[in-house]
Amino acid sequence: MKSRINIRMSGLGGQGVVTSAHLMAMAASHEGKFSISNPFFGAEKRMAPAESYVRIGPEKIYDRGELVFPHVVMVFHPQVITMGKSYTMPFYSGIKSGGLIIINDDIELLTDEEKLDLEKKKITVYYVPATKIALEIAGTELSTNMGMIGALAGLTQVVTMDGLDKALQDRFGKKYVASGGTATLDEAIKKKFAKKEMLLQKNLDTIRRTFDEASAFREKHSALLTSVNM
Amino acid sequence: MATVTNSKVPQIGQRNKKGQLIVDPNELFFLSPRTSSFLTGSEVIREAIRRSSVDFSVAYPITPQSEASSLVGELYAEGYVGDYMRGESEFAVMGQCAGAAFGGARVFTTTAGPGTLRAFENFPMWAGSRLPIEVVFTVRGVNSPLSIQPDTLEISFMLETGMLLWHAETAQDLFDFMLKGYYVAEQPEVHLPIGVICDGFFVTHTKDTVMMTPEDLALPHYDPYRSPVVCMDMEVPPVRMMRDPFVMKSNYISYMTHASWQLEIRAAIERSRKHTIPLLDGLIEVENPDAEIMFVASGTAVSQSREAIRLFRDKGVKVGLVKIKTLRPFPTEELRKATEHAKHIFVPEFNVAGWLAREVKSTIDRNSRVIAGPHVAGGMTMPPEIIIEEIEKYLAHSRNKELVHG
Repeated sequence: MKSRINIRMSGLGGQGVVTSAHLMAMAASHEGKFSISNPFFGAEKRMAPAESYVRIGPEKIYDRGELVFPHVVMVFHPQVITMGKSYTMPFYSGIKSGGLIIINDDIELLTDEEKLDLEKKKITVYYVPATKIALEIAGTELSTNMGMIGALAGLTQVVTMDGLDKALQDRFGKKYVASGGTATLDEAIKKKFAKKEMLLQKNLDTIRRTFDEASAFREKHSALLTSVNM
Repeated sequence: MATVTNSKVPQIGQRNKKGQLIVDPNELFFLSPRTSSFLTGSEVIREAIRRSSVDFSVAYPITPQSEASSLVGELYAEGYVGDYMRGESEFAVMGQCAGAAFGGARVFTTTAGPGTLRAFENFPMWAGSRLPIEVVFTVRGVNSPLSIQPDTLEISFMLETGMLLWHAETAQDLFDFMLKGYYVAEQPEVHLPIGVICDGFFVTHTKDTVMMTPEDLALPHYDPYRSPVVCMDMEVPPVRMMRDPFVMKSNYISYMTHASWQLEIRAAIERSRKHTIPLLDGLIEVENPDAEIMFVASGTAVSQSREAIRLFRDKGVKVGLVKIKTLRPFPTEELRKATEHAKHIFVPEFNVAGWLAREVKSTIDRNSRVIAGPHVAGGMTMPPEIIIEEIEKYLAHSRNKELVHG
């Protein structure tokens, strides 16, 4: 197993960027790997830049805080790129050579200059329309983050669907308080579904869809993703 | 002196109203089975308080401790905390804490950054009044323009308050320090307030693996009759004396009274060592003790140093580390011994002032070996890659100097 995979998740407040990092870390922890996740944000408000970081590896992880040199950069919202709602400029600043970028959209967002720069660094760019898939499968854009972590897990195989399922049960199956803002959003999403089981199932379905697609991509392009393998 | 046992307070071997078994502290710390949990630092604070038989807690919101104090409120709702209220400001909170502690309660609160400074007058008052209150400082920036991000500058303000100050590296430290902190702080020969410090966000908002004691075991309740001083209300000495000329007047007796009491507070901090050393397995932890390049750090800077040591190891360079667990008492002799052989001592810090480097420099001999840095501040992360770069730059520079000057 590769020694460490460092993932930086950039998005906007309310999109579940922090929850995604926690879920990935919890899934990894369930599977016997070492993991650590933490968020960075300013005053809590929707649509403001928010970032979170996950580190997963085979030995105890001490490193904490903002990830300056990530293997994977995830873009949860096009505005991270188009409006610079990112903690770093460009949004992929510091990415390690051979790394991976996952963008939530189905249209090209990068400039020719950026594409050239990323090509030089041997970066794979993977687009996944996570919000569209969330709306289609779960019926709410609040499940965007599920689509994003499905793609991440499919491309890197850093955690399995089973691990994500368990993490989801842990996170939404019982009472959880991260902050006032998160509690409000949790309530909002619970109201969208008649039963908690339905919420868990729809979210899991969303993850499954992007996981399968990303796994298929990985099969086809295994040579591209060597440095983010686990 | 005979102690009075309140029959309403469950003793060791009895169960409290939540059904938790009250156990000997050492049994809780070292013998009870631990289970692995994956929690945020804020949740760890809740879990430590659940097991601490806390009588009273006051909450006032400030990032990054707001979640923790809110979670303590939930514990109160569940019946694990005796009483709980919201304060009007941090200054008021610390005053309320003092009142409850004077009244014989075990008290807990949290604050951070500007909140700590706003409450500041209370901390030396707590120490002088010998109130064993526990407060968790989830440290953050105190500068203007406003920052909510991790920065350890606030700790430097706390160093001479007369409080015990323990700096947690991780959520695991935070859990253990909170439980063990009450035990040490409440020893009759110590009986001082304790600040358990953790770095905001790096610990509070980070999900990490923590080995937890069982949920159904709790610390014995605080016994106010073990206080070494009588309750200092206005009618009882020595506070009674404050109303009298001999303390309030400008004369030699009054100076003596204050000076000797300040010395006694500091002596009490030193007396906490013998209780702390067995509980924390020493006031410092040393990694690679024979390395010529050493880090000396506390808090998250320890974790970042550990990662840098791994990267150095991969390059074939041996680097060591002294983790400082307690800032008060400061591990003076331990640090001298652990750094005796070191040629270069780097003190990485998450603040602009380099207060830990100052402490280290004033402690060890040949202190030109101490390099204050690398530093970050204002919420910046300290990636291990950058630590290595800075150290290599420094060492190359000092080699060049040697070449030039012989």
